[in-house]
Formats: sequence, C-alpha cells, structure tokens
Amino acid sequence: MILALIGNQNSGKTTLFNRLTGARRQVGNFPGVTVDQALARSRQFPDVEILDLPGIYSLSPYSSEERISRDALMSGRVDGILNIVDATNLERNLYLTLQLIDLGLPMTLALNMMDEVEQLGRSIDVAALEEALGIPVIPIVASNGRGVTELMRRAHETTQEKRRPLRPDLCSGPVHRALHAIAAMIEDHAERCQVTPRYAATKIIEGDELLLPRLGLNENELDACEHIITEMERELGTDRLAALADMRYSFIQPMVAQVTQQHADRSEMSSRTARIDRVLTHRILALPLFILIMSLIFWISFGPIGLSLSDGFADWIAGLGQKTAAALTTAEVNPVVVSLVEDGVFGGVGSVLSFLPMILLLFTLLGLLEDSGYMARIAFFMDRLLQHIGLSGSSFVPMLLGFGCTVPAVMATRTLPSRRDRLLTVLLVPFMSCSAKVPVYALLASVFFPRCQTLVIVGLYALGMLLAVASGLILRNTVFLGDSIPFVLELPPYRFPSLQSVWRDVAQRAKDFMTRAFTVIFVVTLLIWFLETFDPRLNVAGEGDSILAALGRLAAPLFAPLGFGDWRVVSAVISGFSAKEAVISALRVATSGMAGGFEEALKSLLTAPAAFSLLVFVLLYTPCSAAVAAMAREIRIRFSLPLIVLFQTVYAWVIAFFSYRFALYFADGLYLRGILTLLLLVAAWLGIFLASRRRKPNSMNGKANGK
Amino acid sequence: MTLDQLQQGKPAHIVSVGGDTALRRRLLDMGLTPGTVVEIDRFAPLGDPLELCLRGYHLSLRLGAAEGIEIEVLP
Repeated sequence: MILALIGNQNSGKTTLFNRLTGARRQVGNFPGVTVDQALARSRQFPDVEILDLPGIYSLSPYSSEERISRDALMSGRVDGILNIVDATNLERNLYLTLQLIDLGLPMTLALNMMDEVEQLGRSIDVAALEEALGIPVIPIVASNGRGVTELMRRAHETTQEKRRPLRPDLCSGPVHRALHAIAAMIEDHAERCQVTPRYAATKIIEGDELLLPRLGLNENELDACEHIITEMERELGTDRLAALADMRYSFIQPMVAQVTQQHADRSEMSSRTARIDRVLTHRILALPLFILIMSLIFWISFGPIGLSLSDGFADWIAGLGQKTAAALTTAEVNPVVVSLVEDGVFGGVGSVLSFLPMILLLFTLLGLLEDSGYMARIAFFMDRLLQHIGLSGSSFVPMLLGFGCTVPAVMATRTLPSRRDRLLTVLLVPFMSCSAKVPVYALLASVFFPRCQTLVIVGLYALGMLLAVASGLILRNTVFLGDSIPFVLELPPYRFPSLQSVWRDVAQRAKDFMTRAFTVIFVVTLLIWFLETFDPRLNVAGEGDSILAALGRLAAPLFAPLGFGDWRVVSAVISGFSAKEAVISALRVATSGMAGGFEEALKSLLTAPAAFSLLVFVLLYTPCSAAVAAMAREIRIRFSLPLIVLFQTVYAWVIAFFSYRFALYFADGLYLRGILTLLLLVAAWLGIFLASRRRKPNSMNGKANGK
Repeated sequence: MTLDQLQQGKPAHIVSVGGDTALRRRLLDMGLTPGTVVEIDRFAPLGDPLELCLRGYHLSLRLGAAEGIEIEVLP
C-alpha cells in the first residue's frame, strides 16, 4: 500500500515523514517524471510505504513540483493521500486540501502544530471540520509526535477500506452550476482517463494543458464547455481562474471561521514574529546581522572547529594508513601494494571522511536557520541581488556557501522550490572560489606577484563572481528561457527549531552523501594513484615517467596557448580533479628533481602572465570529484554530467586564454596591477550600473513610505 | 491604484489580479483573490520585494508582481 504524504511548504511535512518512517528510511525511489521521490516504509505498518511528495500550494501544472505531485497521485499506484496542514494557518492550507479531495482518492487530514494553536489561545472543532470536509481529521504535533500513531492508524484504515471523501462536491453558486454541467457532459471521457468527472471538469475550466488533450473531447463538446464557462464568467463578472480560486476560498473562509474559536487574546504570541522581524529584516540592521550570522556559521564550519575536526579525521586515517603500511612493509609485502593501501585506499577513504565534519556542522546550523524561519527572510531581503540573473533570493545561501566548499553548496540547493532554480544555482556555484582554491592562489600569487598578492586574490574572487553573473545572464536567456517560476514566497512565523528533527535530516543527508560520493571520490583517488605510480608499460614509474606525466606531456600542447604548456604543470592540473589543493602537492612532487627550491622551479616553468593564466584556469575549470559527485546527486543527470565537466573545462580554457593574452600585452608582472585594477573598476561599474537600474522602483517605495 | 503604491500598514482590498498566467495562477492560489483584504508589512531593505499580510499569514512578492494587482484602499 502506498500512501502519498503531501502538504504546503512549512507545514511540517518533512518532520512528519521522518517521524512516520523513522530509522528504516528509504526503501527505494518512486520514479517521477524528472525527479525520484523518496519512498520509505512506515514504522507502524510494515505493509505501508510512504511517498514524500514536494511541498506545494496547489495542483496547477505550472511548476515541476506540482506536475510531479500530480503525476504521482494520478499514476494509479498511490492508494491513499495523507494531507498535512498547518493548523495555525488553516485558510491557506485547506486550499490544497480541496483540490486533493477532487481527486477522489481515500484521504486523511493531519492537523499539524496543534500545540501552537493552543498557545495562540485558539481551539479547533475537529469533529465539525471532519463533518464539513467529509474526510478523517486528526490533530497532531509532528515535532513531538503527539497524535502521530492515531493518525497513521486512521490513514491505514481509511485507505485499506478504500473510503473515498464523503463530500466530493464542495462548492456553490455559478461555478457549482458550471462544474456540474460540464461534469455530466464529460463523464465517460473522465472515466476513460481514470479521473473523477468533477476533477476533469475543474481542469477543463482551468484550461489545463496537461489533462485536456488526454480527455479527447470532440469539437462540439469543447464548444459546449466553452459556452458554459463564458456564461459563468459573465454571471460572476470575473474570469475562470479567479472564479475557481474564489470558489474554493469562499468555501474555506466561513468553514474555518465556524470551526475555530478564539478563547483568549494572545496577540503577543503572534506579534513575536513581528517583533523579531522588526530587527532581523530592519532596513539598516538586516544586512549587518545577516553577515554576522553567516560569518559565524562559516567560522564554525570552515574555520577552526570544522577544520580541526576534518584534519583530525584525515590525520587519524592517515596515521592508520601509515601503521598498516609499516606492518605490511615489515611483512615484506610488495611495495606497490603497500603504496596502494596507504596512498590509494587510505588516501581515498580519508578524503571522503574529511568532508564529514564540515557537512554535519554546516547542515545542522543551516537546518536550524531553515526551521526557525530565518532562511525565508534571507531569501526575502537578498532577492533583489539575484533577480537580474534569473534567480530568486532563495539561491543566495547556496551561492554563498560556494565560497566555503562546493559540495555543501550544491547539497544546499535541495531546499530550493523549483528544479529550474536548483539546476541554475548548481551550475553557478562553482564560480565562487571555494576554500580549497585559496592555497593555490596564495602560493602562485606570493611567488609571481609578491607586490600585489591581495589584489590578485581579490581579483580572482571578483572575476569568478563577474563570470557567474555573466553566465547567469546567458543561461537565463538561452537554456532557461521563459521557464522562470514567479517568486511568491511564504514567510512562515519564527519557530523554535527542534534539534532532534534537524539532526535526523542532517544524519540522513550525510549518510546519503557518503554512500553516493564515496564511490566517485574513491575511484578518482585510486585512478590518480594508479596514474602516478605506474608508467605506460605498467612498470613502477621512476622520476617523471608515470602515466600521469605521459598524459601531461600528451595534453601539454593543448595548454601551450595558455602559457603553461609544461607537462609538470599540466599533470598537476589533472590531479587537481581529486581535490583542488592537490595541484600544489602535485607541483611540488613533479618539480622535486629540478635545481633550486620550489619557488625557483616554479619560476623556471612559468612566466608571470602564464601564472596569472594558470590561476584563472584553476578558478574556473571543473570542480573536484567530490563536487561533481554532489552535483550528480542533486540534479540527477548522469549522462550530461561529463558534458558539463567538459564544458566547464573548455570555458576555463577560453577565459584563461584571453587572460593570458591580456596579461602578455602588459608583459611585466608590474602591469598586472593595472589589469586587475581595471577589472575591479569594471566590476564596480557593473555593480553601480545594476544598482542604478534598480533605483527606479526603489524611489517609488520611498515615495509610498514617505507619505 | 496598484499594490506597489500602497502605503505600508494601510489595509486595502484586492480588485483584480493581473500578470502572465503562471504568476496570476500562483497569486490566486496563494489567496490573493478579488475582495481579499491585504496589508503591506514592510519592504525589503533593498526596496524589493515586499512583505504582505493576508488571510492570517505572510507572503513575499516582487514589486513587478504587485504592479499587476489592482487594489482599493479601505477607508
């Protein structure tokens, strides 16, 4: 038996899903059109599987999430619906409920957040609501588990006995007449499509492009429908879309008023959110507070705490590797096998595990922000900055995380409301210089541009962001043309986040990443080890004749136009695919046989313009294997992923080429300062230009507020 | 008058909702049906979007969308 769990965003759906399925978690995926939805076994009834559908507000076919939910519900595989609503916000939440009732599937309503209803001094007459809606209604508190057992029992019972909603006919007035006239006329068509006539009639009035062709109405029937609808529109004086929405809300509004009672005035409860918002979204304070909060999160996750945990983990694994290697050596095992165990196996495991503390810390903190309601506020006040590249404020935090590490940044896109935004954000995140690139920047800048190190590094960050904006604009006007979903975001009340609920989600995410990324990172580490250890004839490689070196030599001519056509540099760039900071260690190893120190060796391999071009290339070329694995996981496109990787590398090549030519033009490293200043000026100008474009509506607000 | 011109804290009711179908549809689904009473809570620090209070909850939408919503200020 499959029960579909569905509800609005912020209704506590994930919390309930976690509670219903517990530690058993995922048993498989329910194949959707574009995204696989999680399917997990119920803790209480082993024969029930719960399908976690996206958080949506309506069943219209305008966003991929709504389409996925609809397709899943109409697939014939779902036996019942478990609809969760936020009881503190019944009016809007029940809008989806009415549409779900139209589907005619056995359905149970979970009235969540009943504790908050009590705190607000309200009570809800559950029996009356049950009577009015014609479906079982169970009050619950998903965050502490109250009522959840009873909910599951009732949902199981309703579904097993195939009890359909008792009142499938929730409407009145001219819309009612139109619906009935159409439903009677198209009954047999609807049955052929296995939908209820009422649902089909609703969709005909809405002009639904997905269902209409499937119904296969003939010309006469279509004309008759159109006639009925225009008649209805004339009578109501509004158009069909507004009429239907209005019909549902006109049914809900008096019903909610009737079942809800306000016992005591507890307006201080509801004004808590207003008071917090007065500070957190304050005109002047909002940004500094946001920077403070995000800095704290960065400092904890990527700073001393996260770093020492990561390093501790990595050191521990490396130590274990060394001990094993020593033991193997004393047992006189073949040195190649020893190296495989130490560098390959333990190295691979270590690099996967080093992500773990950071992911756990970061997502616990972000989960707390999300559940408290602050994340929605960030989207609210950052929206303007991302509007012009075709994204919404919700993408801001993932993009920002990109400066720490691409892996969690990509994982954070999962909370974005639409697939389009997720995809676009995932593609733009790698432009943010992640922290693993900083050692590369710092080293090359200190060797080649000692007099303007900071400027070079700041310039690279700026270049990345500039190219992100440019690429966003290009993608928006090509691949993602016209696919934008409107930014209409609910700002939920501030709630005290539950660490337990956040932690469950974080643990699941971390496990998910570990299992999926493990293979990729492990294979890449082993591959790089293999390439470094053997020569093309599979003998153990000597100085500079490994397969990697050979590959470097082979690929070197490709990089000659960029100024760094030496095989040592090229092979270092190749090993950067395992992790960006590996570029340095690979360079160190490759140049160890050369005269003079590391710096001298670098200077003999690269000129200043070539170093600049290398820096640009490192900034832009494909992110490390862990990031690619995370991308594959989040956007679920396996086949085009190599294409994306190739595209990123080609893109990096082109930009590095122009950077090189540009730098060569100014020849001396001294003039690089000029170029970078120019670049920063261009960036500043672009910023001012965009800001001035936004000023128009701004001044209008000023007027409106100043009155 | 359109919603983007509404003064902060002044209640108004919605007369009609415009915009392209997807936007319109979303706004109607979120409860911005004709006759609904709305109030602007605040504008974002950068001037756009705005925060709206309606049907007992809070919603954020862009000025561009608000420009398409005809309102009438309540006395």
